Amino acid sequence: MAEAHPVGFQWVMEAKQRGAKVFHVDPRFTRTSALADTYLPIRVGTDIALLGGVVRYILENELDFREYVLAYTNAANIVSEQFADTEDLDGLFSGYKPETGSYDQTSWQYEGHEEHARNRGTGKERESAAGLEQESHGPPVPGQTMRDETLQHPRCVYQILKRHFSRYTPEMVARVCGIPEGKFLELARAWTENSGRERTGALVYSVGWTQHSVGVQYIRTGAIIQTLLGNMGRPGGGILALRGHASIQGSTDIPTLFNLLPGYLPMPHHANHPTFDKWVDSIRHPGQKGFWGNSRAFAASLLKAYWGDAATPENDFCYGYLPRMTGDHGTYQQVLNMIDGKVKGYFLLGQNPAVGSAHGRAQRLGMANLDWLVVRDLFMIESAAFWRNSPEIATGEIVPEQCRTEVFFLPAASHVEKEGTFTQTQRMLQWREKAVEPPGDCRSELWFFYHLGRVLREKLARSTKPRDRALLDLAWDYPTNGPNAEPSAEAVLKEINGYEVATGRPLSGFPEARDDGSTAVGCWIYSGVYADGVNQAARRKSRHEQDWVAAEWGWAWPANRRILYNRASADPEGRPWSERKKYVWWDPDKGEWTGYDVPDFEKTKPPGYRPPEGASGPAGLAGDDAFVMQGDGKAWLYAPTGVLDGPLPTHYEPAESPMRNPLYGQQANPTRKVYEHPVNSVNPSPPEPHSQVFPYVFTVSRLTEHHTAGGMSRTVPRLAELQPEMFVEVSPELAAEVGLAHLGWAHLVSGRAVIEARVLVTDRLTPLRVDGRLIHQIWLPYHFGSEGLVTGDSANDLFGITLDPNVLIQESKVGTCDVRPGRRPTGPALLDLVADYQRRAEMTPDRQVPIVTTDAAGGDDAAGSTDEGSAGAARNRGGDA
Amino acid sequence: MPDVNSLYGPLDPAPDAGWVEAGPRMGFFTDTSVCIGCKACEVACKEWNGVPDSGFDLLGMSYDNTGALTANSWRHVAFIEQPRPAGHGTPPFEDLPTGPPTSARSAATAAGTATDTGTDPGVPPGRPEAAARMAAGPEFLGMPGAQPPGRATGADTRTDFRWLMMSDVCKHCTHAACLDVCPTGSLFRTEFGTVVVQEDICNGCGYCISACPYGVIDQRKDDGRAWKCTLCYDRLGAGKTPACAQACPTESIQFGPLDELRERAAQRVAKLHEHGMPEARLYGHDPTDGVGGDGAFFLLLDEPEVYGLPPDPVVTTRDLPKMWKRAGLAALAMAAAAVAAFVGGSS
Repeated sequence: MAEAHPVGFQWVMEAKQRGAKVFHVDPRFTRTSALADTYLPIRVGTDIALLGGVVRYILENELDFREYVLAYTNAANIVSEQFADTEDLDGLFSGYKPETGSYDQTSWQYEGHEEHARNRGTGKERESAAGLEQESHGPPVPGQTMRDETLQHPRCVYQILKRHFSRYTPEMVARVCGIPEGKFLELARAWTENSGRERTGALVYSVGWTQHSVGVQYIRTGAIIQTLLGNMGRPGGGILALRGHASIQGSTDIPTLFNLLPGYLPMPHHANHPTFDKWVDSIRHPGQKGFWGNSRAFAASLLKAYWGDAATPENDFCYGYLPRMTGDHGTYQQVLNMIDGKVKGYFLLGQNPAVGSAHGRAQRLGMANLDWLVVRDLFMIESAAFWRNSPEIATGEIVPEQCRTEVFFLPAASHVEKEGTFTQTQRMLQWREKAVEPPGDCRSELWFFYHLGRVLREKLARSTKPRDRALLDLAWDYPTNGPNAEPSAEAVLKEINGYEVATGRPLSGFPEARDDGSTAVGCWIYSGVYADGVNQAARRKSRHEQDWVAAEWGWAWPANRRILYNRASADPEGRPWSERKKYVWWDPDKGEWTGYDVPDFEKTKPPGYRPPEGASGPAGLAGDDAFVMQGDGKAWLYAPTGVLDGPLPTHYEPAESPMRNPLYGQQANPTRKVYEHPVNSVNPSPPEPHSQVFPYVFTVSRLTEHHTAGGMSRTVPRLAELQPEMFVEVSPELAAEVGLAHLGWAHLVSGRAVIEARVLVTDRLTPLRVDGRLIHQIWLPYHFGSEGLVTGDSANDLFGITLDPNVLIQESKVGTCDVRPGRRPTGPALLDLVADYQRRAEMTPDRQVPIVTTDAAGGDDAAGSTDEGSAGAARNRGGDA
Repeated sequence: MPDVNSLYGPLDPAPDAGWVEAGPRMGFFTDTSVCIGCKACEVACKEWNGVPDSGFDLLGMSYDNTGALTANSWRHVAFIEQPRPAGHGTPPFEDLPTGPPTSARSAATAAGTATDTGTDPGVPPGRPEAAARMAAGPEFLGMPGAQPPGRATGADTRTDFRWLMMSDVCKHCTHAACLDVCPTGSLFRTEFGTVVVQEDICNGCGYCISACPYGVIDQRKDDGRAWKCTLCYDRLGAGKTPACAQACPTESIQFGPLDELRERAAQRVAKLHEHGMPEARLYGHDPTDGVGGDGAFFLLLDEPEVYGLPPDPVVTTRDLPKMWKRAGLAALAMAAAAVAAFVGGSS
């Protein structure tokens, strides 16, 4: 955090001054470790084993916040008797379908809900990264569940959780992660001792957790711990994602993603959502508890905002104009499609995939095979210059004179040169003013898209073709000002907030949205940010002039609520858990919820309210169903649906690992997305032979001195000089083993690429003893590329493309490689070296990466199956899956 | 009437320099125990003061690629990797399959990496054996006696480790030798008690460079003039905080009236001692030291030498009166001798 988020780290330092103990878990000793109280080195890609160890520690020692767990979680819910755990199936859950690499989730459901299962193992959900839809709400389940409040039922979630993590002992944590037992126990003790009625703990993570083939399950494991300890919905608790840039939260709320529309409404799929009604019903799930019952109003108001007068109830608000998904349109699929000549043109905004994305060579080869490419950026970046300056030019793979891509480079305005909002990790929008005019031809994104749309519409104005109606019917009218006709960002914010169509009155919040075409709302969860015609995001009332929640600084969605699910900050009867952690509570005299924050609950629904049989939507929520956006009103320790790779997190080895999975026969995530493509090879991992060709584990991350792919820092002398050259950090032990000298050169080889770097031999890296083996880890910054003031080889070139199944994020925090002293070969000899490694590792074009590595589900490779009984049980139970 | 301590000893420098209505003396307290090594101070300083780059060179001195304070680097963050216990609950590398530390060896390698920063003397090459000694490794290149007593762990595996970070800056000495020797009056004492070079007056004679006991002030080769931290004189005049202190995210760099800072620093040291960090100490805070105390002083976690600071700096003009006295005596004696010779000869 000190390394990549130094400004945010000031609060950690402040907490430390006040006595907080800081634990830092990282493969290398960083600037954060230097300031932490305890540093735990870890083998990259094993965090679920570590966190699972904490879950086991909590359950075995009964350290969970029992009243909280009973009241607000699904710990007591009974799960279907068809469910079989990874403990039974050697690393697979019941319902695995090897032919699609996905799960039929029927057996994961709560008792009696089996027929409600939505995911039947077709693999379709993975194609559309459907897990992303759950960012603002839980996936659907019927509201009524069977529970055992004593937590003794063998199939209640609590007992399933206990069995599932029973083998994640401190010894196992040491064996998998390389973390000494004593250190693990120090962490587990501190975490549990600082949670409960009087204390809360916060969990902060960043892309070191997400960019894995099991990335979503990393976060799930953290969520299980925080829920068991009662750290959700309470002050000082929670799970916070530190984002990689300003407003990454904003870019999922109002998404730059292929599968979402604003406010986490799903992008329609051509087969699943043929009509407006079907689309809406797939969001609101008739019969379910909770606040998604109103989604028809949100959907209709969004379309009304898009198509204005043309959108009417009679034509389903122009639902037919919305583009449809047909499958995986994620960034990596697109790149492979570019290489295959299926994509003609590409817009690239604020992104530098030639350096920043996994498998840089594939990115560059893809972009070199387009008809046209538009790049908008602050500086000339590698993704605009690849055709004349990239590693592929030396190898002859790209010839500048023959590269067919016509690149249009358009200079962009920086964040200080335009107005708008940033949304940070607490979902808070903060308005920023324009400080200076953008120089020369630099323009904002808003200017670019508004005028692009305007010009396109002008060009098509006389078109009579039906296909052009969607564009021509758009409500595309924003006030502009200044010599460059800059559209008003505040007008856009007003539209995002929503307004009454007839009067133009801004809505005060999303409850005012209607499904009859009388309101237009650009993003329903942001509704209220322009309440009363006031830009609420621009509020700057000092924290010294208001209480500590500071509700008048900026504006947080939803409804300016600073902590979600804050009903959980009070006990089931509505009293604060403790005076110290008082936040939102029931006032019996006034008959309403009150407190420091906006209560995340129906204002006048008393704690003792119990819904009548069969009630659904908000009315179905009981007075103690604190998790109001969940289908059953409960926080999920166990996810009966929605998460595609299992109802519980499980330790799988990374897609590339020198180790056999010490826990299960199943080596890696059996549902991970693998792209079989000639350009995308995966280094062999056990039980496949030849993993020793790539014996070292490498990981990449940021330096404080640089920003992501370097486009905003390698181009700026004051930053570039601070870390002026690509380097690789190795431990003295590895340096001795390979023959590397401090400040000498080394080159690293994977099945995709060879890169070179200067060597920093440092005590900050350490080998680990893992499962009886010595594992060396290597660290690289990923900031370097071939443009800018300081240049160097790109670390991300080493990675292949393997994705998490839930959200299609790439595994770009861990891979395997070889390290050799000296500089890399240049020109065609470089390709020869990679080919030589591929030959030694038998990475032939017709090789199939083994997905299932246990015979528990009928796979061919039983090498890792150590338990005959479990394998047999798997065959029996897996048979009907 | 000049103060008796004009050249040595405790003194309030601004009134001494003739400022009639000087406010309190302003300065920096840099608390290295909370420094996270982000280098925001270096960037903010260069940004505000328009300081050019100092070369794009990988120095291999841990994460320090600036090297030293130069005419083109007015803030410099030092990074020191040491196999020594820090405040960690358990040693960072306990129970791990580690070998002996390498920090001494890599520090020695890095000591030879000085490159042309476009300034003079810039970042001169260091002495490998000294660099290794500062890194406090248990052994170095067959010279086992190289580290101070008590430093060697004797172990062949490393378990303890700490990473020191420290943002260095011009000390704005009470008795500033650079100012004393400046023949043009380019260097002057401000009303805030700080020491500033006026670049339009500096003639590039370079006397100040050899006068500075800390090796801070430095010349740009292209224009020959001397440059260093001004403690953001222009910002101070406008009632603002210096750029580096403003940018520091963890309040490692604190700006304010020197008296207050000294008080705060004393409390901080006491607190760290209380929390089991007996190695915490102040540097440059003492008005009775060799430079009369620094306007920019530090809280360090090791000996000053480890950070590249002189252990006992003395203002190079301290002995001027004595020297002048002796020179005067010598001149008188010579004159007397000459007179005597003349008188004697004529007799």
